[in-house]
Amino acid sequence: MAINYLYPDYEVIRNQQRCINCRVCERQCANEVHRYDEELKMMVSDESKCVNCHRCVALCPTRALKIVKTDNTFKENANWTGEAITDVYRQAGTGGVLLASMGTPKNYPVYWDRMLINASQVTNPSIDPLREPMETTTFLGQKSAKIRRNPDGSINTKTTPQLKLSVPVMFSAMSYGSISYNAHKSLALAAQKLGIFYNTGEGGLHEDFYQYGPNTIVQVASGRFGVHPGYLKAGAAIEIKMGQGAKPGIGGHLPGAKIVGDVSKTRMIPQGTDAISPAPHHDIYSIEDLRQLVFMLKEATNYEKPVIVKIAAVHNVSAIASGVARSGADIIAIDGFRGGTGAAPARTRDNVGIPIELALACVDRRLREEGIRNNVSIVIGGSIRNSADIVKAIALGADAVYVATSALIALGCHLCRTCHLGKCNWGIATQRPDLVKRLNPEVGSERLVNLINAWNHEIKEMMGGMGINSIEALRGNRLMLRGIGLTEKELQILGILHAGE
Amino acid sequence: MTELQEDYPQEGEVRIPSGCAISGIFSRNGKRFGGQDAIRSIAVMHDRSNGLGGGYAGYGIYPEYKDYYAFHVFYYDNDAKNTCEKFFDEHFDVINLSKIPIRKHPRITDEPLIWRYFVTPLPTKLAASQLDEEEYVVRCVIKVNTDIKGAYVFSSGKNMGVFKAVGFPEDVGEFYRLDEYEGYAWTVHGRYPTNTPGWWGGAHPFALLDYTVVHNGEISSYDANRRFIEMFGYRCTLQTDTEVITYMIDYLHRKQCLTLDEVAHVIAAPFWSTIAMMPEERQKEYIYLRNTFASMLITGPFSIILGFNGGLMALNDRLKLRSLVAAEKGDMVYLASEESAIRIVEPDPDRIWYPRGGEPVIVTLSETGKKVVAAESK
Ligand code: SF4
Ligand code: SF4
Repeated sequence: MAINYLYPDYEVIRNQQRCINCRVCERQCANEVHRYDEELKMMVSDESKCVNCHRCVALCPTRALKIVKTDNTFKENANWTGEAITDVYRQAGTGGVLLASMGTPKNYPVYWDRMLINASQVTNPSIDPLREPMETTTFLGQKSAKIRRNPDGSINTKTTPQLKLSVPVMFSAMSYGSISYNAHKSLALAAQKLGIFYNTGEGGLHEDFYQYGPNTIVQVASGRFGVHPGYLKAGAAIEIKMGQGAKPGIGGHLPGAKIVGDVSKTRMIPQGTDAISPAPHHDIYSIEDLRQLVFMLKEATNYEKPVIVKIAAVHNVSAIASGVARSGADIIAIDGFRGGTGAAPARTRDNVGIPIELALACVDRRLREEGIRNNVSIVIGGSIRNSADIVKAIALGADAVYVATSALIALGCHLCRTCHLGKCNWGIATQRPDLVKRLNPEVGSERLVNLINAWNHEIKEMMGGMGINSIEALRGNRLMLRGIGLTEKELQILGILHAGE
Repeated sequence: MTELQEDYPQEGEVRIPSGCAISGIFSRNGKRFGGQDAIRSIAVMHDRSNGLGGGYAGYGIYPEYKDYYAFHVFYYDNDAKNTCEKFFDEHFDVINLSKIPIRKHPRITDEPLIWRYFVTPLPTKLAASQLDEEEYVVRCVIKVNTDIKGAYVFSSGKNMGVFKAVGFPEDVGEFYRLDEYEGYAWTVHGRYPTNTPGWWGGAHPFALLDYTVVHNGEISSYDANRRFIEMFGYRCTLQTDTEVITYMIDYLHRKQCLTLDEVAHVIAAPFWSTIAMMPEERQKEYIYLRNTFASMLITGPFSIILGFNGGLMALNDRLKLRSLVAAEKGDMVYLASEESAIRIVEPDPDRIWYPRGGEPVIVTLSETGKKVVAAESK
C-alpha cells in the first residue's frame, strides 16, 4: 500500500566521475545497498537499505561516496515531525514495537556539557603532570569502617576484596552474542594491557577468554545465561545486572539469528532460540532477595570476589542505591538513560530513566547523608564520551566510570544504531563470520589502549591544573565544578555552584 | 560589626583562600615559658600576614585547672552570652568563669566579648548521652557553634588555650597579654586571607578539644575531604582548610586511634610508586591506609603544625609546596615557615633541617617532661 512507503532517511551520493567501478562498496555493504549494473556499466545504489554506517564511505578508494541526510520532507510541523509521522506509518503497517539500538539520539540535556572545571592560580599552584607524579590508581570495594589491630599493635590489613584499576575507567557489559567474538577479544586484551576490567555482559564467557579472567567482570543477569560455578570463579568480580539505563524496567532479547555456534554454547541455550532475559530477576522481588543473591554469589566464590550490583538510573535511584549499599554489595554501578544497548524498544530507550549526572549527584549525596558512602564504590556509565566527562563524574562523586559506546567507537562503530539487525559492517554487533573478521582484535585492542591512555593523560592534565595530584582528592570534590546555564534546582541537585559564584 | 562588614559574605558563607605564616616552639622537658618567643618569631614573618588574622595556642598554661576543659568563647552580644551560659549550665559544671584579660591595642579593634570557662561535664548528662567524655564535649561545642547565633567557642581543651583575633599576629599576642602565660609549647599563626574583612572566629589556630592546627597553604582536596568527614557528624561551618584538617585529625587520631605517624601517612600519603618500593609488610599497611581513608588524602600546598597535649607534629604536603623548617637546641624544638623565624628566637640551634614532604616531625614530652608537667599541675 502506498501509505506504507517511507522515503529513505539517507541518500547515497556517488560521484560518477570518481567511481572506478572497483565494487569495494558492494562487497563491504552487508545491507546490499550497492550493486554493479552490467547494462549501465556503472555502480548503482538502493538507498532504502542504507543505515548510514559509513563503511563504504570509509573504504571507497577514490572518495567517490558520501551519505547525506535526505531533503525530502513532510510539510514542516514542529509537533508532527517527520519522525513522528513515519513511526505511526510503521506501526500501523506492522503492529509491532519499534526497535532501536545504541543510546537515545534525542535532544535531552547533557549535563556534562553544562559543567565547567576549575584550575588553580597564584594562591595554589597547578602541578605539571610531566614533572610530578600524578596518580589515577583507584580501588573499588568496601572500605573498612574501623581500624583493627593485631596483637603486636600493627594494623590488621585484611579487607574485603577490592578491584584495583590503573585508570578509573572500565569497559561495561556487552554480551558475547550481542557483539562479536573479535569485539570481545579486543576488549579483553585491552583490559589486560591497561590494568582495568571488561565485562562479559549476560552472555556467559567464551572458553577462549578464561585466560583474561583477572581482568574480567562476569555478569549474572535475569536470564542467567552461561552462569555456572566455573564462570563465577573465572572473573575478578561478579556483577548482578538489575537494570540497564537504556531500557530500565524491561529485560533483554537477543534474536535467535544471533544465537549461533559458540554463542549458543557459551550461553548454554540451543542454537536459533531467542535468548530472552525476563524484566525482573524472578528470584529477586525485594531488597532482601537481592541481599540473598549477593551472599549466594559470595558463598559460591569464597568471599574472594567483589559483587557489583548494576542498576538503571530511574526516579527513585537514590533510595534504591541506599538499599543496595546495605545489601552486602561492594560496588554499585549506575547506568544513565543515555547509555547504549544492543536492542531496546525505542519508546523505552527514549523516554524512561533519568540522566546519569543527576542520578550520580543524588546517589552520592544520599549515601553520604546516611553515612554509608564508604560501604560501596560507585561506578557510573551511560554515555561517557571523553576524559572531561570522567573528570566531572569523579568530581561529582563517582569512583570510576563504565564506558561501552566510546569503546565500540574506538573499534570502528559509526553509531548507525542498527545493532539489532545483526549486520554490523564494522564487525562489532554481528555474528556473521565474514563481517566479524573485519575487526582485528590486535588492532582493536591497540586502539582501545590508545584511547584510554589518551584519556588518562588528559585526566592528569586537568587534575594538575586543579592542583590535585591524586584522583582520590578529586572524588566528590564538587567545589571543582561550576554549572553553566543551569537553573537553581539543577544546581541544587548537582550540588554545585554556578559559574561566577 | 560594622555595616561594611555586613555587606561582605561572612566566613563560612564563602570559601576564602589564604596564605600564611606559622611557627611552633616546644620544650621536650616540659619547661614552661611565656608567649613572647612565639610573638617574636611570628613578627619576623610580618609580610606573610596581612593583618586580617593571627592567633596562638599555648599548652600547659592552666596547670591549676588541668582536669577541666577550658572554653574560650567569643560573644557578639549579651543575648548570645546569656543563651550560651544557660547551655553551659545545663551541660557542664562550671568551676570558674571570667573575662579573658586583654590589653587595649591601637591596631586591634571591634573586639567581641571574650570569656573563659573551666568546665567539666555534668555526670548525669554525660551518662545519659551514652558518649565518652570527649565526644560529649565535642558535640556540645559543635552545638554552640552551629546553633547559638553570636556565640563561638574557639578553644575547648584541657590545660591549653587558643588566643586569636583579627589583626597582625604580634599585635594579637600583645592584646591577649601572652607574656603573662607560661606553657611548654606554643604555636602561632599569621593569616593572609585574600578577600575577607576578617572574622575573629575565622583566625587560626582552629581547635577541637586539645587539638589545634595552624596551617599555611591552600588545599585542592578541600571539598573531597569536607564531604567525606561530614559523614561522621562533623560540620565544616567555617569552610576553611584548617577546620577540615583538624576534623580529619580528630577522626583519625581520636576516633580511629591511629598513631600520629599513621595519621600523617593518611593525609599526606606516599605516592603509590614509593609504596611499591617498601618491604612487603609495610607496603600492605600503607596500601591499606591509603585505600581505606582515600578521601582523607590532602592535595595541594600545605604545611601544618598540630598541637596536642604533650606534643607537636609538623607536616608538609607530599610535594613540599610550602616551606617548613625545623630546628633543635637542647630539649627545645622549633618549627616555622621560615628559618629566620627560628633564628630570631634561637640564633644558634644544634641542628636545623628541612623536613621532607609527607614526612611528619613529631615531638613529644620526654619522660622528665611528662613528670614536670604532671607535677606542676598538682
Ligand atoms: S549501509 Fe553502510 S556500507 Fe551500506 S551503503 Fe550505507 S553507509 Fe555504505
Ligand atoms: S556497533 Fe555496528 S551496528 Fe551497532 S551502531 Fe556501531 S556500527 Fe552500527
